[in-house]
Amino acid sequence: MTEASPPANLAERYYNYAYLDEQTKRMIRRAILKALAIPGYQAPFGSREMPVPYGWGTGGIQLTAAIIGPDDVYKCIDQGADDTTNAVSIRKFFAKVADVATTEDTSDATIIQTRHRIPEQSLKAGQVLVFQVPQPEPLRGLEARETETRAMHAYEEYGLQYVSLYENISAYGRIAATAGYPVMIEERYLMSPSPIPKFDNPKMDDNEAILLFGAGREKRIYALPPHTRVRSLDFEDYPFEVQSWEENCALCGAEDSYLDEVVLDDAGNKMFVCSDSHFCGERRKAGHSGPMAGHQLDQTVEGNTP
Amino acid sequence: MNAVANIQAEPLLRVQGLSKWYGHVLGCRDVSFEMRPGEVLGVVGESGSGKTTLLKCLSGRLVPSSGQVEFETRRHGLTDIYALSEPDRRRMQREDWGFVHQNPRDGLRMRVSGGANVAEPLMNMGQRHYGEMRRSTVEWLERVELDTSRIDDKPRNFSGGMQQRIQVARNLIHGPKLVFMDEPTGGLDVSVQARLLDLLRELVRDLGLAVIIVTHDMAVARLMADRLLVMRRGEVVETGLTDQVLDDPQHAYTQLLVSSVLQI
Repeated sequence: MTEASPPANLAERYYNYAYLDEQTKRMIRRAILKALAIPGYQAPFGSREMPVPYGWGTGGIQLTAAIIGPDDVYKCIDQGADDTTNAVSIRKFFAKVADVATTEDTSDATIIQTRHRIPEQSLKAGQVLVFQVPQPEPLRGLEARETETRAMHAYEEYGLQYVSLYENISAYGRIAATAGYPVMIEERYLMSPSPIPKFDNPKMDDNEAILLFGAGREKRIYALPPHTRVRSLDFEDYPFEVQSWEENCALCGAEDSYLDEVVLDDAGNKMFVCSDSHFCGERRKAGHSGPMAGHQLDQTVEGNTP
Repeated sequence: MNAVANIQAEPLLRVQGLSKWYGHVLGCRDVSFEMRPGEVLGVVGESGSGKTTLLKCLSGRLVPSSGQVEFETRRHGLTDIYALSEPDRRRMQREDWGFVHQNPRDGLRMRVSGGANVAEPLMNMGQRHYGEMRRSTVEWLERVELDTSRIDDKPRNFSGGMQQRIQVARNLIHGPKLVFMDEPTGGLDVSVQARLLDLLRELVRDLGLAVIIVTHDMAVARLMADRLLVMRRGEVVETGLTDQVLDDPQHAYTQLLVSSVLQI
C-alpha cells in the first residue's frame, strides 16, 4: 500500500479550524467590530450550540474561536486560577481545535479567556481579554422586560440602577455589592462587567488591552477598546471603594492582590491566598514569601517543589 | 392659588377630538376638554364606558386613533405629547407627571423597599446624594402618614392602604404638575378609603396639583373633583361642575348613575 499513514491527530481534523464554521466566525467578528465601535453597547449575535452547556462559558468560547489564529498564545483562567477544571478543559479544547500554544504566563499570552477575574499583572497593548458573561443586562434584576431595558439604554435612563445601590446602603449601611458591579462606559452606556469582583473594576479603566465580553445564552457581545473610560457607579456621599483584607497572601505575602479564603481543616483554620495563581507563583519564584510559605498548598505550583 | 387666578390661567392640558378605536371596537370617541393648573377633574361612568382608555390616551400610554393631547411641558411649552420624540415624551412623563394605579402592585416595584420606591423618581431625575434622598423620603412618608421606622420594609409587608400611600408618595415626591389616578381607592375597605381620600384631598390642595381621577364611585368624585366628565359607551355625555352634575343631572344616563348610588 502506498497510501500515507493518517496523521496522528486525525480526530481533530473532523472539526473546522477553531471548532466553529467560517460563516459563524465571520458573523461573530462582525458583532465584535460593532461592539468595539460602540463601547458598552450590547450587540446581538447568533449564538451557537457549543460542546458545553450554557453557563460554562459558551459566550467566551465563541469569542475566542472567532478571533484565535495559529500564532496566538492562549491562556485560560477561572476565578484567577489556571489549574481549575474549567480552565484546564477550555485550554485543552483550544490547544486541540485551534492548534495554538498555551501558557499560564499572563505576559506571554495574546488571548486570555477569563471567568470572574482580571489578572493582577497589568495587560498591555496587543492582548485581548475575553470574559464569559452569564447576564449581560445590568438592569435585568430591576426591570424584567427586554423592550424596556433596551429603551432605557437607548435614552440613557439609568436612574433605576441607582435603586439597587440605594437598597444596598439602606440594608447594609454601605454599597455591599461585590461582584458584577455596574459601570458607566465613556459616560454613555451602562455595562455589567460580568461577575468579576469590584476589586477589578478600576483595572478596566484606561486599559491598554482589548476587553471582549460574550454572553452565549443571552446572545450578546459587548466590548471595550483600549483606553476606554470606565467609571463605577456610586453616590456622592457613598463613593465607590474596592474590597480590602486585613491579611496579606499567606504564601507570597502580596498586599495588593485579590485574596481567596481557603478553609484548611474542620478546626476552623484558614488561609488567605492570591486568587491569581500565576501572579502568586511568580512572586514566590522571585523570593517573596508569606507567613505560611512552605505549606503543602505551596507545592502545587510547578518549580516550587521543596 | 386662588380660584379666579386659576380660571384665567393658561390651560395645562388641552384635549381635542380624541378618539381611540380597537379595530372595530370603540374605546372612546371625540373627547375634548381643557384643564387649568390646580384643577381636579373627575371622569365617571360605568365599566366599559371608556374611562380607562381615555386615561391611557391622556397619559401617553396609548396612542389615540385621532385627536390631540396638548400639555404645558416644562421643557417645550404647550405641545402635542404624541408629536414629541419618544425620549422627550418619556422624560416629560417622568418629570411632569405622576400616575397612581388602582392596584399598588402595578405602580410599585415589589422587590425593593418602600423607601427605595419613594426615592426612585428622584434618582430618575439625577439625584445622586443618598443622604438627601433619604431625608426627603422620610419627609414624604410622614406626609402620607406612614410609620417612618418602616422605611426599609418591602411593599408586600404593608397593608393595601399603606401600599397605596407609598404609591402616592412615590408619585408626588418629584413635584409633578399633573397626576393621573385610576380608581386610587378601588380595592380598599370603606374606612381606609375615607382616610386615603382625606389625605389625597389635603395634598392636592396644599400642592396646587392638577389631577385627573378616574372612578366609578360617585362619592369619590363628589369629594375629590372640581369638575366632572360623565362617560357612556365611549362618549362624554355630560360635563360640568361636580355639584352641578351630581345635584342636577341633565342627561338621562347621569340621572340613572346618580340615582343608583346606594343610600344607607
